[in-house]
Amino acid sequence: MNDVEYVLQTENLGISFGGLKAVQDVNLKIKKKEIYGLIGPNGAGKTTVFNMLTGVYLPTTGKFFLNGENLVGLEQEQINRKGIARTFQNIRLFNNMTVIQNVMVGLHNLNEYKANPFASMLRLPCHFEAERKMRERAKELLDIFGLKADRNNLACNLPYGKQRKLEIARALATNPTLLLLDEPAAGMNPQETAELMETIKFVRDKFDMTILLIEHDMSLVSGICDNITVLNFGVTLAHGKVDEVLNNPEVVKAYLGD
Amino acid sequence: MKSYFSNIKSNFKLKHYINYIAVGVALVLLTVFYYSGILKRSSADLITQMGFSIILAVSLNLVVGFLGELSLGHAGFMCVGAYIGAYLTNAISSAIPSKILVLIIAVIVGGLSASVFGFIVGLPALRLKGDYLAIVTLAFGEIVRNICKNLPFFGGALGLSTTPYGPSMFIPTFIILLIMLAVVQNLVRSKHGRAITAIRDNEIAAKSMGINVTYYKLFVFVISAFFAGVAGVIYGGFTTPILYSFFSYNYSIEILVMVVLGGMGSIGGSIISATVLTYINFVLQTKLSGDLAALKYLFYAIILIALVIYRNAPSLKKYREKFNLSNLINMIIKKFSKKEREEVGTVEWDRVPTKISTDEILSADFTVTNYKPDKPDKPDKSERP
Repeated sequence: MNDVEYVLQTENLGISFGGLKAVQDVNLKIKKKEIYGLIGPNGAGKTTVFNMLTGVYLPTTGKFFLNGENLVGLEQEQINRKGIARTFQNIRLFNNMTVIQNVMVGLHNLNEYKANPFASMLRLPCHFEAERKMRERAKELLDIFGLKADRNNLACNLPYGKQRKLEIARALATNPTLLLLDEPAAGMNPQETAELMETIKFVRDKFDMTILLIEHDMSLVSGICDNITVLNFGVTLAHGKVDEVLNNPEVVKAYLGD
Repeated sequence: MKSYFSNIKSNFKLKHYINYIAVGVALVLLTVFYYSGILKRSSADLITQMGFSIILAVSLNLVVGFLGELSLGHAGFMCVGAYIGAYLTNAISSAIPSKILVLIIAVIVGGLSASVFGFIVGLPALRLKGDYLAIVTLAFGEIVRNICKNLPFFGGALGLSTTPYGPSMFIPTFIILLIMLAVVQNLVRSKHGRAITAIRDNEIAAKSMGINVTYYKLFVFVISAFFAGVAGVIYGGFTTPILYSFFSYNYSIEILVMVVLGGMGSIGGSIISATVLTYINFVLQTKLSGDLAALKYLFYAIILIALVIYRNAPSLKKYREKFNLSNLINMIIKKFSKKEREEVGTVEWDRVPTKISTDEILSADFTVTNYKPDKPDKPDKSERP
């Protein structure tokens, strides 16, 4: 069942809160280097799917596999180390830390930057080595997103568009195989959205990244997504190629009503 | 070993060492005063008190300011350290003649036993947040205190009597203080410190970044409790008898006041506020006489309110900037170094100025010409973790 051909595969993934079935039987199959869209009206359960994939919620039914490995039941931080990183619908940066520190937190767990707390307390050479390498890597990442000049500003002082970018940069710092973007274009003007589309494509090509994104902006979805799934009231309405799905009468009905 | 120092030298930043310099200079001066007989016994005791207050405030700052959890049981950890340290001192002082060796053993054992309690209190901290954790830690402090009161070998309500270390206690206290500052500051200015502040800023995001929140919360509680225990041993080392009533809820709050007043997440601030508040307490306790003595806490409260209101007053800020310790040290270094120091690196002119004072904006003659971008004094501020 769990084909390694797919980076992410979910199998009848579902969750109920009490009697409410928030999400039922979601089957996603995402190939490597694919940009996959998850769309649907408000309250359809898109973010709930993300929360299940990142370990915030424990799915009540079904499983999901990352590169063939079942990750159901792992803690958030363990899932992140397995290779799923995410951004949030309402931006969750570390506001009282500088931009570069935000990215360096993302680098925390990588093997090449190891230094245990006691080595840091005693200022052993491995501490300085790790710090130096982390700073260089963080600068590289910030450079890619055009945030290098802002690196010493506090994250909360960045303009909205840059905060979005920083969140993506921070997620990429954890070296994931799958990147989950929760409404990356929310609150952006058309020009910023166009820029963001370029950034997402660039991330896919540069990091060989597989991306799953939730979005309401149809121009972005039709512009960059290879395949999409539409959720409505927690069930899959349609999935497949973007053009086909968006012209599906049921999908149109879900969005616009009868 | 050589690379160890070269690393430290290449990453040297004066402002990271201000606290060490301040405490170190104070230690040297006070030691000289003490042995030349200028320092009275009561003053030496006051200085010891200041020393352990600073240790308590900085260690609580680690939990409250850096981890962002409210803990009201810090006096409880101190109580554990004080009783166990004193009990151990009584037990082994006949076998080991050297006073300082006994103190070192007591400090280590007292600190470790307090950190065991820190671990136990840290466990609910993983599930509880904010006010609820505050209630649990508060209860912990009271429980520990009352257990110590009722244990027969801890002297019961009469307290545990020991032979005090003597007035020169402030010397080991300040040395311990220096070690603690090194541990705490190095921890905070490392990847682990970043992880801890990330948990404070946004726990969900920290988890999604792969930060092991359980580990770091427990770690911070254990380290903080360890140093509170150490402070307790120091307290036990110069006070006799150790009374359970000292470690009451009020004292936990007093430590918290020191942290809040000095600024959450500011180690230098904790040092200053712990010193000042201990001094104010001492003055109020000794200088007020007669009927005024009953009003001690009223005066203390008034002073505290005034401090909280006026600590960020603009005139005070200006004064603080003028007589900044790091500026002062820089000035001294400049005087002594003959060569004019070269401007390091290039100035980033594209940096948008962020600091324009209000009067500058409000004044009519505000023109673009007096719009000076603040030059970064160092080329790369990101070196500060």
